[in-house]
Amino acid sequence: MTTFSALLRKDLRVELRTLRSLPAMALFAVSAFVIFRFGLDRTSLDGELAAGVLVPTLLFAALLAINRLFVAEREEGGFDLIRLAPIDRTVLLAAKATALVIYLVVLELIAVPIFALFFLDSASGLVPFALVLLLANVGLAATGTVISTIATMSSARDLLAPLILLPLLIPLVIAAAGAGEHLLAAGGPDYGRFGTWLALLGLYDLVFLLVGYATFDFLLED
Amino acid sequence: MERTAAVESRPASGASEPAIELRGLRRDFGERTALGRISARLEPGESLAVLGPNGSGKSTLLRVVAGLLRPSAGDVTVLGCALPRETHRLRGRVGYLGHAPLLYRDLSARENLRLAAALHGLDPVAAESRIEHLLGTVQMSARGDDRVAELSAGMKQRIDICRAVLHEPELLLLDEPDAHLDTEARLLVDPLIGPGHGPSRVVVSHDRAAATADADVVLELR
Repeated sequence: MTTFSALLRKDLRVELRTLRSLPAMALFAVSAFVIFRFGLDRTSLDGELAAGVLVPTLLFAALLAINRLFVAEREEGGFDLIRLAPIDRTVLLAAKATALVIYLVVLELIAVPIFALFFLDSASGLVPFALVLLLANVGLAATGTVISTIATMSSARDLLAPLILLPLLIPLVIAAAGAGEHLLAAGGPDYGRFGTWLALLGLYDLVFLLVGYATFDFLLED
Repeated sequence: MERTAAVESRPASGASEPAIELRGLRRDFGERTALGRISARLEPGESLAVLGPNGSGKSTLLRVVAGLLRPSAGDVTVLGCALPRETHRLRGRVGYLGHAPLLYRDLSARENLRLAAALHGLDPVAAESRIEHLLGTVQMSARGDDRVAELSAGMKQRIDICRAVLHEPELLLLDEPDAHLDTEARLLVDPLIGPGHGPSRVVVSHDRAAATADADVVLELR
């Protein structure tokens, strides 16, 4: 069993046993959709409005998991376990980011069909939009893991993570919502600038994966 | 406030490289000095007892020697590694028992030990056999599949001791190892962390009589 898979299995096992993150994320997303439905007084959304509701809702739901990502490491000595072990500590970054991607995929498997049920006349744009969400998940996980590590070291961690993270996620939201605007358009998906948005998301992912790789070891230092 | 220390030691055995050498170690937290001008030397296989009142820096000293905290000043050499520059060489060679267990509450004792084994790169088959041996030694085999959260403080301490010695470290750093243990349990863990079983030991204790009886060197923090 590699260190990566051991750490990932640990996180997934603990989440399956305690259900501390996933139910809260799903409940938040569904509640937000209900509020949007009544707040906008619309039974149907498309284009930029559909993307503008879906993408930020998923992002805010993700914050719940990001805030909890290192709670066990902080409160149960997990950071010391990692610091004492003869391993490359970026393996913790990889395991945590992968766990977060898995949480986000599970969230989207629940929340996106409910969103479609609530607001979409046609779900044909959701298939290509899944690729957009997957790339957004990787970027969100890379950024979220690094920021969550920084926030965990602070006493104001619950405040700090969203305050630092949300501005960093603006390019990701622009790209995901931009792609969603065309894919969820009223007349069916429009692939005109699909490649551009995917490239932007891919670039964002690459940059923040590299930033995480370069900085994570130092973040775990005393 | 400047903190000081007194050292008593038996004649050195003449070994060339000490297990631990501290020269003028100081550790500050902000403007507060937690540990000041500590000097001590421990030969391989010997035991160092660290005594002192609450807040005298005993646990801080242990964390510095484990490589978990950086010294603010002074020279610290542990198992031939100059800290903090060579902390990476020290990882995996120290068995650290903190005053709070380094165990995930929502994993079972066996799962915690398997995770620790994976972090230390132990062969899974050999690790499984060693885990069963250790659990048997501390009479925890029957409760090995229970979540750590369901165990008593003394049981957690026994599991944490198994975790600290799992990878057969060259140096044991024990912060109040008898905490929460009754007389019978102390006898059970003695073959794992007691004196004369191979590794050098640093034992932080409030029990002056017991600590000094086993110690080759006594370091009193004030």
